[in-house]
Amino acid sequence: MNVLVGLGGSDESIKTLRQTIDRTQDVGDDLTIAVLEKPESKRSQDEMYEEATDLLSEAGVDADLVRLEGDPGSALVDHAEQGEFDQLVIGGGTLSPMGKIQLGPITEFVLLNAPTTVKLVR
Amino acid sequence: MGRARLYPDEPSGPFPSPPSTIEDREGRDIEIRAPGELTTDLDAVVEMYDQFDPTDRAQGIPPTGEDRIRNWLETIADESVNVIAHHKPDGDIDVDSSADSDGEVIAHAMLVPDADDPAAIEDNGDIEWELAIFVLQDYQQAGIGTHLLKHLLGHASDVGIERVWLTVERWNNPAIALYERVGFEASGTESFEQEMSIRLE
Ligand SMILES: CC(C)(COP(=O)(O)OP(=O)(O)OC[C@H]1O[C@@H](n2cnc3c(N)ncnc32)[C@H](O)[C@@H]1OP(=O)(O)O)[C@@H](O)C(=O)NCCC(=O)NCCS
Repeated sequence: MNVLVGLGGSDESIKTLRQTIDRTQDVGDDLTIAVLEKPESKRSQDEMYEEATDLLSEAGVDADLVRLEGDPGSALVDHAEQGEFDQLVIGGGTLSPMGKIQLGPITEFVLLNAPTTVKLVR
Repeated sequence: MGRARLYPDEPSGPFPSPPSTIEDREGRDIEIRAPGELTTDLDAVVEMYDQFDPTDRAQGIPPTGEDRIRNWLETIADESVNVIAHHKPDGDIDVDSSADSDGEVIAHAMLVPDADDPAAIEDNGDIEWELAIFVLQDYQQAGIGTHLLKHLLGHASDVGIERVWLTVERWNNPAIALYERVGFEASGTESFEQEMSIRLE
């Protein structure tokens, strides 16, 4: 399967990437990692890019790594439309102090607009 | 966590403080009180959530199954601020002094601090508090949610809390109507959830 994973730079992004890498190793998916531009994130785009590079080499997994500029949701969906992807993977929401699952506006945009199956990682 | 949220400039209130006994629209006597600590009432509250109709869950809470419910409440219990509603048994014909004469818990509302280290909170006014409220299905639409919410805010104000926020699914009209009625305003970006906030006097 041809998988595109979008990372915004939160802790959730790290978890999403780890799980996706594990799965890639198990089933031999083709993986593309898109690092999004999300200024309010914990990690800058550069930091997220570097961390993704490290995680990939640690795992010994080969993947395409791209930077996407502009609005994260639409940039990701655009990229998914242009490639031959079977699945788009993003983080599955953060937990509030109360334990409520919160899905942000990017997740909403991707769910409503993506041409492929979307996987939310928890 | 700890992200600064937007709050209305104008404070809302005053709100009533617990304890109170109210009569709901079905004529049932409902007692609202604030336990010093949730742990004293934990079993009764767990039991209420265990009876909660799963179709009425909001954003993954309450979890289902007694163990997961208990685990969830224990995780947030320590520093949370709570109000509990009991349905007082009808008539005082049978004034036996059983410890259970409180009646069953039929609603619960709480505030949880948005702090990395809740045990280190010095002033409740420095912290933003997240709100949630649940009324058991058989007791919904009888005015209990409104009373319980007001008493939670009254109690919060008593303990120095000033900023309260929540998120609610955009299509949860009963909850949004309830929050707006007491003074919550929409804040933050809209997605599947609407963020709302209130400032207390
Ligand atoms: C939201 C909730 C707490 C409201 O409690 P409640 O005791 O039913 O609330 P009230 O009876 O005080 O009703 C308040 C108002 O909400 C509105 N409302 C209540 N139920 C409604 C329904 N099913 N459809 C539309 N509006 C409704 C009405 O405007 C009502 O005003 P009214 O008193 O003039 O009729 C309760 O429905 C609940 O526990 N829901 C499931 C959990 C949840 O969604 N919690 C909120 C997110 S944490």
